[in-house]
Amino acid sequence: MTNIRFLAASVAILIAAGGPALAQDGSGIDQTINQIFADYTGWYVSIIFADLPGTNFSWIALWLVAGAIVFTIYFGAIQARGFMHSIRLVKGDYSDPNDAGEVSHFQALATALSGTVGLGNIAGVAVAVGIGGPGATFWMIVAGLLGMATKFTECTLGVKYRNEYPNGTVSGGPMYYMTKGFEERGLPGGRIFAAVFCFFTILTAVGAGNMFQANQAHAQLSGVLGGYPGWITGIVLAGIVFAVIAGGLKSIARVTEKVVPFMGIFYVLVSLAILIKNYDEILWAFGQILEGAFTGLGVAGGFTGALIQGFRRAAFSNEAGVGSAAIAHSAVRTKEPVTEGYVALLEPFIDTVVICTMTALVIVITGVLNQDPETGLYIWNAEAGRIATDGGVQGVELTSAAYAASFSWFPPLLAISVVLFAFSTMISWSYYGLKAVTYLFGEGKVQELAFKTGFCLFIVIGSAASLGPVIDFSDAALFSMAIVNIIALYLLMPLVKSELNSYERKLRSGEIRKFEA
Amino acid sequence: MAQETFVVAFDSDEDGRRVLDYAIDRAGHDGARLVITHVLEWSPYSFLTPEEIEERHIRRKEELARAKEALMDPAVKRARDAGVEAESELYYGSAVKLLAKSAQTHGASLVFVGRSGSDSLGARIFGSVPLGLAQLCTVPLVLVP
Repeated sequence: MTNIRFLAASVAILIAAGGPALAQDGSGIDQTINQIFADYTGWYVSIIFADLPGTNFSWIALWLVAGAIVFTIYFGAIQARGFMHSIRLVKGDYSDPNDAGEVSHFQALATALSGTVGLGNIAGVAVAVGIGGPGATFWMIVAGLLGMATKFTECTLGVKYRNEYPNGTVSGGPMYYMTKGFEERGLPGGRIFAAVFCFFTILTAVGAGNMFQANQAHAQLSGVLGGYPGWITGIVLAGIVFAVIAGGLKSIARVTEKVVPFMGIFYVLVSLAILIKNYDEILWAFGQILEGAFTGLGVAGGFTGALIQGFRRAAFSNEAGVGSAAIAHSAVRTKEPVTEGYVALLEPFIDTVVICTMTALVIVITGVLNQDPETGLYIWNAEAGRIATDGGVQGVELTSAAYAASFSWFPPLLAISVVLFAFSTMISWSYYGLKAVTYLFGEGKVQELAFKTGFCLFIVIGSAASLGPVIDFSDAALFSMAIVNIIALYLLMPLVKSELNSYERKLRSGEIRKFEA
Repeated sequence: MAQETFVVAFDSDEDGRRVLDYAIDRAGHDGARLVITHVLEWSPYSFLTPEEIEERHIRRKEELARAKEALMDPAVKRARDAGVEAESELYYGSAVKLLAKSAQTHGASLVFVGRSGSDSLGARIFGSVPLGLAQLCTVPLVLVP
């Protein structure tokens, strides 16, 4: 009965939201949707992104960073002292050869990374540097380094409290550690936390993990191929995603999962090539980043302007504290949950500290941001609310312009990368969303199919319409996941601590040791 | 003289059956024991989708059960029916490395491997199992055409 009610409700929502937009692809309908969303959710978005009284520092950025600082202190700078151990775990030094054929630490990390590496690293960094100046990079790195401790905490819990079903499949994530972990500590409200978390996960999956991605993918494609209606991109993308997630067409997913990491590596290599080509400017660029971090170098808001942009984009890019990684990492085969925490802490490092920094360096070095040659300050375009750039470009186009300054053949490849990154992010988020749906409504074919169908419909809406307020709301939903999740992490961190202590004891006593190759 | 052990690199194709038959024949002659080994190719560095990760444990169980039932048990029966002592081993990983290791662990005196007549592009670039074994194996190798 619940199934039928759920299906009916979903279909009704889809028809209401998707049907008219699909039918018309016109501005009239999306304006209506925008208006409805702005009227009903605007207040919520303003609360989430509100500044702390008397400052222009949004409290949600502080919330994430404060959490990361607490976890860093509580676990004794685990990201620094455990870094080498993490790498050994990923290399498989501690993996039992008899477990070959199970999910390895490397695979769990690679899959989780393919969900986070993407637009945040390409477009997000450009936004951060474009508004916050080179100094934003410094704060992005700081946020990335601190966020490693948050990922460590959430992914350890994700593995510890996952559900293992009789058929051998596993499901994990914040909703499971919220219910089971709270129970273990004798705390009330675990189920409510889990339900709220799942609610926001579904919204984020449909918005930031889907419509925003589809929208950006279409922007890139129409930039390269010439303008054409968004619904075409939407229907093609939706068809492929549907074939993968509902049709079980695993081969496409497998191809993407294989291509995306290489795209990531290729992106890093091209960035390195540009940096090597301009090696004499790297020190200068770091100088700009450091100076800008504390003075702003002409950016509006100065020091805080740089800091906020850096923190905000880092959070978007590596999702530390959001809880999504805990879902992705929970299926690994390990007897010690802490090992997956160690592995997961590499994620913000690779995503933010390495890849985002490279993008930022390239943007700074290639000089696409306009600078006053006399004062050395960046020229602020007050009307646009960002630093003036050659040709007035921003976002992905700014990154594209920076790379094209060195390699003119890069923009089409970047467009392909963006589409593939968007696709793999959609696949990942469809999975996170589905986990939340099955947690709330139970396992079942009807719920699954309803969610998957709805998910694909939103791809079409996302690429066809310009839904600013909808995207704003879905960003707010992403950060709402972090509010609920980080509270849970605070309450459950003693459990992680005891896991960590017992693991370190076993390492010291030699009970856990490397396997001979 | 102690009983000899032969390791057989066994596969489901025609090549594999030929290797097995030849090894059974030789083992019968020499009174040797057979360790029939099959490797399910697997790399811990391959990329998986979230669903594949979730189902990996159960898939692995199924793959092992299927290989045992369809491949290994009939092979062992075939050897035993011919009066040859035999056991089977199933591994996940890289075939060359694991076969060489298995030969070493069992103190085998010979490893039987098919010509693995693959002339595919992949085999030409990356080398085939017999070629790899020829380089890595520390015991004499019998290449069955």
